[in-house]
Amino acid sequence: MTTTPGDVPAIEFQDVVKRFGDNTVLDRLNFSVPQGQRITLIGPSGSGKTTILRLLMTLEELSGGLILIDGDPYTHEYKGEKWVAVPERRRRVVRNRVGMVFQQFNLFPNMSVLENIIESPVHVLKKSKDEAVADAERLLDKVGMSEKRDFKTNELSGGQQQRVAIARALAMDPEILLLDEVTSALDPEIVADVLDVLREIADTTDITMLLVTHEMQFAREVSDRVLMFDKGQIVEEADPETMFTNPSHERTQAFLKAVLGG
Amino acid sequence: MGDIWSWERAWDVLPKLLEGLVVTIQATVVGMVIASILGLFIALAMRSPSRWVRIPLKFVVDFIRMTPLLVQLVFVYLLSPPWIPGLAIGCVVLGIHYATYMSEVYRAGIEAVPKGQWEAATALNMAPGRTWRAVILPQAIRNTLPGLGNYAISMFKETPFLFAISVVEMYTAAQQFGAGTFSYIEALTMVGLLFLAVSYPTSLLVRRMETRLA
Repeated sequence: MTTTPGDVPAIEFQDVVKRFGDNTVLDRLNFSVPQGQRITLIGPSGSGKTTILRLLMTLEELSGGLILIDGDPYTHEYKGEKWVAVPERRRRVVRNRVGMVFQQFNLFPNMSVLENIIESPVHVLKKSKDEAVADAERLLDKVGMSEKRDFKTNELSGGQQQRVAIARALAMDPEILLLDEVTSALDPEIVADVLDVLREIADTTDITMLLVTHEMQFAREVSDRVLMFDKGQIVEEADPETMFTNPSHERTQAFLKAVLGG
Repeated sequence: MGDIWSWERAWDVLPKLLEGLVVTIQATVVGMVIASILGLFIALAMRSPSRWVRIPLKFVVDFIRMTPLLVQLVFVYLLSPPWIPGLAIGCVVLGIHYATYMSEVYRAGIEAVPKGQWEAATALNMAPGRTWRAVILPQAIRNTLPGLGNYAISMFKETPFLFAISVVEMYTAAQQFGAGTFSYIEALTMVGLLFLAVSYPTSLLVRRMETRLA
């Protein structure tokens, strides 16, 4: 799936700083994600988890440091000593490898389900319409939404919209998939459907995944590694078994106790 | 009320008024087409990152909004070469005048598109032009339809100003009839009723559109 050797990390944060006004959300953050790994980011709200995903999708601008995708500078680079923004033209090349699913789905309401999915494969990846439609139908089948192909997005329930949004992100054939609290806006009884879809994707692809979620059981099943964030710093990093059963840091212990209710 | 109101005179003036109504509607339709297209371009240009575009444009837009339509019509009419028909000048001036208002409607329509739509377009790596055409404008324009309808009604009611540049629309036709017969009551009453006959159903249509799009 990737053209770079396996030892280059899929994602690398080098001294990443993100400030909103006077508020420093991320302060010289360093971490990397090997190719194909599934990482869950946990931590209290405001700890910077979502900001990390948004930086990776270029929805926010970095305040300092570098983000490398497969070793390539993505949003900023050093020219000699000078830290400069990478021009949009080059960002777009790298951005093609990254996909994102949002908490609020963000489907395009002026398009049908199918149109939502084929929009970028046709206009960005320059696939033929026939090929894009065939791919979209395969993905709709995978997420269990084949019958809704020609529906308007506002005729779908939240869970259905989210499954379409997942298919839409996968249609771009991303190497990296960012999942930002994708079940938080859903009714409890349909969360399982969406998680089933994600579980299948995790089992059947080698996409590198970054998840921000409150579904701890799901995180435990699919992740290779869990990062606990607090105040823009990684306070603990462990495999899911260790993190959820025997966390070493007291912040993690307190956080997990609060979210798991015991 | 025989002396004041004559059904005969009312009947006589009606064909002339209907001819005028056609001109009135022509001016409104052409004016609105210009206003809708130019208004959109103004709204988009006002989003330009360059102050050298925004500040002069804002000045021109404010100038047009803050001066009376009647003055603008006469001013442009007097400056134009005589071979340009008054109706054409009228349509263009109405169109430009209303474009400055329509641009506000578009601005609001664009801003009402949720931020998540822009973010999804970025996440799908869409080119900026494609984002505008395929995602933002279709949703923004849907938001502007009621505003467009209201300004169409408002422009329709302001067409009597075309009297000042000797375009024979409905009101001018009534004036001419009155000047010839020394009785204005029938003609002007019917002008009012004809305006109402067009405006009122249109406004009901706009209101229905508002509730359906809300």
